Amino acid sequence: MNVIARSRVHLGVKGDAASNRHAGREFFSEIFLAMAAMSMWAGAASGAEPRTVVIGFSASQTGNLNVEGIRQINGVSLWVDDVNAAGGIPLADGTKVKVAAKFYDDESNKSRVQELYTRLISGDKADFLISPYSSGLTDAAAVIAEQKNKIMITAGAASDSTYKKGFTLVYQTYTPASRYLTGAVDLLMKSDPGARKLAIVNEKDKFSADVVAELKKYAEAKGFQIVMFEGYDTGTADFAPFINKIPADTDAIMGGGHFSDTSTFARQLYEKGSRAKMVALLVAPPEPRFAELGEAATGVVGSSQWEPAARYSKENAKGVEWYGPGVADFEAGYQAKFHEEPSYHSAGGYAAGLLLEKAIRNCGSTDTEKVKAALDAIDIMTFYGRLSFVVAPASHGLQKGHEMIYIQWQRDAGGSLVKQLVWPEDTATAGVIPMPKR
Amino acid sequence: MRILISLLDGLLIGFVYGLSAMGLSLIWGVMKVINLSHGAVMALGMFFSYAAISRFHPGLALPAVAVFGMLLGLLIYGVAVHRVISAPHLSSLLATFAVNMIIIGVGTAVFSTSPRNIDYSAGTMVLGDIRLPGTRLLAAGASILVTAVLYYFLYRTRSGKAIRAVANNRMAAGLMGISPTRSLALSFSIGTGLAALAGGLVATMFPFTILSGSTYEVKSFVICVLGGLGNPLGALLGGLILGGIEGVVPTFMPVSWVPVLEFGLFILVLVLRPGGLLGEK
Repeated sequence: MNVIARSRVHLGVKGDAASNRHAGREFFSEIFLAMAAMSMWAGAASGAEPRTVVIGFSASQTGNLNVEGIRQINGVSLWVDDVNAAGGIPLADGTKVKVAAKFYDDESNKSRVQELYTRLISGDKADFLISPYSSGLTDAAAVIAEQKNKIMITAGAASDSTYKKGFTLVYQTYTPASRYLTGAVDLLMKSDPGARKLAIVNEKDKFSADVVAELKKYAEAKGFQIVMFEGYDTGTADFAPFINKIPADTDAIMGGGHFSDTSTFARQLYEKGSRAKMVALLVAPPEPRFAELGEAATGVVGSSQWEPAARYSKENAKGVEWYGPGVADFEAGYQAKFHEEPSYHSAGGYAAGLLLEKAIRNCGSTDTEKVKAALDAIDIMTFYGRLSFVVAPASHGLQKGHEMIYIQWQRDAGGSLVKQLVWPEDTATAGVIPMPKR
Repeated sequence: MRILISLLDGLLIGFVYGLSAMGLSLIWGVMKVINLSHGAVMALGMFFSYAAISRFHPGLALPAVAVFGMLLGLLIYGVAVHRVISAPHLSSLLATFAVNMIIIGVGTAVFSTSPRNIDYSAGTMVLGDIRLPGTRLLAAGASILVTAVLYYFLYRTRSGKAIRAVANNRMAAGLMGISPTRSLALSFSIGTGLAALAGGLVATMFPFTILSGSTYEVKSFVICVLGGLGNPLGALLGGLILGGIEGVVPTFMPVSWVPVLEFGLFILVLVLRPGGLLGEK
């Protein structure tokens, strides 16, 4: 426009032949420059160098959540590598967008989380967010994400209550806490139809309280009598007073909290000669270290978000769209990069990234509103299981599609303790066994 | 019956609490140092026990834990405590706190904070309806044995008498030909040895991380005040009281009342008998 306007000026100036020749040369040189600039702009638009979106999160690299936190980071990190190795995520305009992770250590400390997420959004210009590990830390981070209009995919944050606070941009990867142990009741009814008495002993924290509140409601609806319903403080090490209170004719004991207290509870149930036919506990049993309990681990059932033995595949996706790597590919990629078996925390981290990737791909944009609409509509089957969200305002972002897997520690033919998948039946690798007599 | 079973369970744990507090009490009694690395040393004892019990019989592993704790104590004394022993209490408090932070920092880097369990079971003793875990009986038995050995050492051996003399009057003991430095180092070493052993015994019952020691350290301080600072037998008595409360209270009250009662008793003792139950009035 400018070139044309200036040319008109030149053409309109009256003068001698020399000045006219000069004006002509200038006109052609400006045309040449304009064409060169346009060709450079076209080259940029054809996507020679993909854009990069920043994925921000805080991670518990130190403090009491560092084991789970680091595994979650590893999962996210592997996803970043996979996306970038594939050239990025394709957008509607034909370009591709690569991803870069930016994170800080939150020291497993809730008070650090809000400061770090503010820094990630304002300072590091994060385009999307992934949550820290644990419901407590995520609760704090979600407030900032919502205030700053950023989408946050939560990993390692199972508590239902986070998603019932009116947030519109927070999406859950884990099965909600309210469905952590309800499957164990179904398993008990299947394995021991005569069972009627259930004792519930749980840690008094946000997550475990959410789990057992729904468990109690569900079990009572199924006709079970709750013979004990009691909580213990976080950090409790001596469970003898609780175990002494459990009636001798109790059919099943369920509950627990996190690794340390739950594994102690399992051990003391064994040492105190519990006669319950089923013991189903939270968080600790799926961890490989639970086998350190030896005989006390035998027969204990636990709920897990994901296991390497899970049989999720394109073939048994039951009509749901399959997306991302297969279970074996994820496991091999993780083993190769981190030299350890992935836990469900690692898988959760990867799945959080995968959700974001699929939503960006579906809407062909990195615009928050468009990605939000795509996440609301998502329903996919992945190596981690099915993923879809509740979109009703009352519990927006709550995970709807994903189901828990139930494992049980059993002895194999050689006498070694092995983790078997026992529920749901279509993913089971072995039948459930009653608790050995103690 | 339920209360009796819970009381027995609590008392058995109480012996281990007492053993842990005894280490803290001994160090305070002899050198007037509040050892803030007590919990961290207990946690190292847990890890040493974890490594040793997977290889050797507990009868060999647990004495090895105590020896490890004593050697560690000598090192801590030489590096951090000896130079500030005559300085105001705040100096030794900060020095041992620094040791605590170093152990926890290095321990977190090396072991992570992933909880560990020792795969060891000593069976269950059944007396009618009473079922007592073998690990608790073993831990209580070991605590009683160590207390007896400690008393024999302090009252019947030359080195033990030297420690008591130094505790009574460091200068006078020095004038009598006793080496105060040697006695101080030895008592610090015994104190940390007791902490490590108590940690090792706790690890046979409960899972642990490098951060686990702090819980028992706080209990040890409460026990020392209950029983009487500087009095090892008072520490054992304080441990039994705390264990008994923790065992019995949850059978008829919500468990959250346990610390209320424990610290209520703590304040009551401070007001009525500031020297502790077995301390001087």
